[in-house]
Amino acid sequence: MSNLRIRICSAALIFGFFAMWEVLCLWLQVSDLLLPRPTEIAATLWTRFPVLWPHILQTLYSTLTGFGLGVIIGVTLGVLIGTSRLAYGVAYPLLVGFSSIPKVAVVPIFVLWFGSGTTPAILTAMVICVFPIVVNIATGLATTEPELEDVLKTLGASRSEILWNVGLPRAMPYFFASLKVAVTLSFVGAVLSETVASNRGIGNVMMTASSNFQTSLLFAGLFVLAAMGVALYAVFSFLEARVTGWATRKTDIAVT
Amino acid sequence: MQMSAAPSTVPPAQASTAQASAARAVELDRASVVFGRGAGAVTALAPTTLRIGHGAFVALVGPSGCGKSTILKLVSSLLRPSDGSVVVGGREASVRALRIGMAFQNPTLLPWLTIERNVMLPLKIVPPFRHDFRRERTRAFRDRVHALLARVGLQDFAGHYPWQLSGGMLQRANLCRALIHEPDLLLLDEPFGALDQFTREELWQDLQALYLERRPTVLLVTHDLREAGYLATRICVMSPRPGRIISDRPIDLPQPRDIDLIYRPDFVEMTQSLRELIAQVRK
Ligand SMILES: Nc1ncnc2c1ncn2[C@@H]1O[C@H](COP(=O)(O)OP(=O)(O)OP(=O)(O)O)[C@@H](O)[C@H]1O
Ligand SMILES: [Mg+2]
Repeated sequence: MSNLRIRICSAALIFGFFAMWEVLCLWLQVSDLLLPRPTEIAATLWTRFPVLWPHILQTLYSTLTGFGLGVIIGVTLGVLIGTSRLAYGVAYPLLVGFSSIPKVAVVPIFVLWFGSGTTPAILTAMVICVFPIVVNIATGLATTEPELEDVLKTLGASRSEILWNVGLPRAMPYFFASLKVAVTLSFVGAVLSETVASNRGIGNVMMTASSNFQTSLLFAGLFVLAAMGVALYAVFSFLEARVTGWATRKTDIAVT
Repeated sequence: MQMSAAPSTVPPAQASTAQASAARAVELDRASVVFGRGAGAVTALAPTTLRIGHGAFVALVGPSGCGKSTILKLVSSLLRPSDGSVVVGGREASVRALRIGMAFQNPTLLPWLTIERNVMLPLKIVPPFRHDFRRERTRAFRDRVHALLARVGLQDFAGHYPWQLSGGMLQRANLCRALIHEPDLLLLDEPFGALDQFTREELWQDLQALYLERRPTVLLVTHDLREAGYLATRICVMSPRPGRIISDRPIDLPQPRDIDLIYRPDFVEMTQSLRELIAQVRK
């Protein structure tokens, strides 16, 4: 199937989903308080957007700051673990144990330490995205073919030159694959923390809307979150395709 | 006067060995390689002694698995000998004593770099080129890479990625990468294996011309006896695994050699006798 047809089908599916929702709500006469219709949600989104906007920025800020810190820490740890066989063996079990803690559980701890607000949101976003980055960088480095390193060794390259010219480029596809996942996780972490302990951010808006029975605002928040999540994922997919095109080997075969 | 008299107090024997080792590019002294331990140990190379003077062109032939690639890895210090010693350019286990250019048996081009970038890689790492790399990579170095690629017929593929090339093309690019930084010691592991006879003969002539221009020390592993006879100044034959050198003969034909040489009766006779030797030891 051609690309265009796949796109059309996928758009039709999304449209169909909302149309179905609208029709079912009208037909079964579902109360607005339980499940508002998509058109109502859209209207709320439109009228309340000026109020939502600062919260969107707040959530985006917490997510990206936490994610940025997570990338720095994740890459550093990943390089340390991936370049040393000893560190790989010693630290890997610890990392696995660490990663299996449900990250929700760290939010109360951060709140206890730093009070509610932006700080726990940033920290949660950071903690939640570090692990996939560390694992992927470490795996990319540890699985580098020795033959490729040998090429640089015969030229008398130092360890850091080998890392820069072979290890890191080789780990890039792994790194970008993990970034797509990690940025989405950071987003989840930030919203989660906002829901529990903050007076700003989309998470908080939704919490307040829920306790005031503003159901359509609640759903508007959900839509905003979905849109942001998709946007973040799309940005990193695009970057991935640009930077690691060599790994997917895309060339068109001319058909004449 | 005192100063000039001093060297004569050195015992003559010692002086001559010091001179001899400085005059040699490569010296393997009873070097052996064993992989693994205990019952699963594999002897890849039996104790081997091989001395190569500066500027010699040595061809290494022998049956598959006898340890030819292992010798190249010893010389390029990718492997350490299990026993014995390996001295390159007067120094033990050092890749920095001589500028080394190595073409591996399997073309190991980096998949994320274009052919041009792959061939340019040594210029980024090896002194003195590395100091100019930032400035010259889009100018002089680029021209240099393109000139070399044109010499092996790859001028139109500089911007391609390795997976877009055929096996023989990869091998030619691999050879370019071993040559680009004008090495003093050239280690070639079956560099023409995947090429057709005509391309191969063309590249033999190119390699001979390059050798006569700069006179690097060359250690060439090959299965092709005509290739060995045409290019080398000396041919070493190895026994089956665990390999050691069983025949070491000079090829005294004057250089440059014409490609028609390989069809001359005396040349054919020489390759015939090598062939018989290898056939004997294989049994
Ligand atoms: N990394 C390794 N681990 C264990 N054994 C090895 C390793 N590398 C090589 N060997 C063994 O060493 C022996 C010599 O290998 P080598 O690659 O030097 O052979 P070769 O002479 O280059 O053969 P060919 O002509 O087929 O390339 C082989 O029998 C192989 O089994
Ligand atoms: Mg080999």
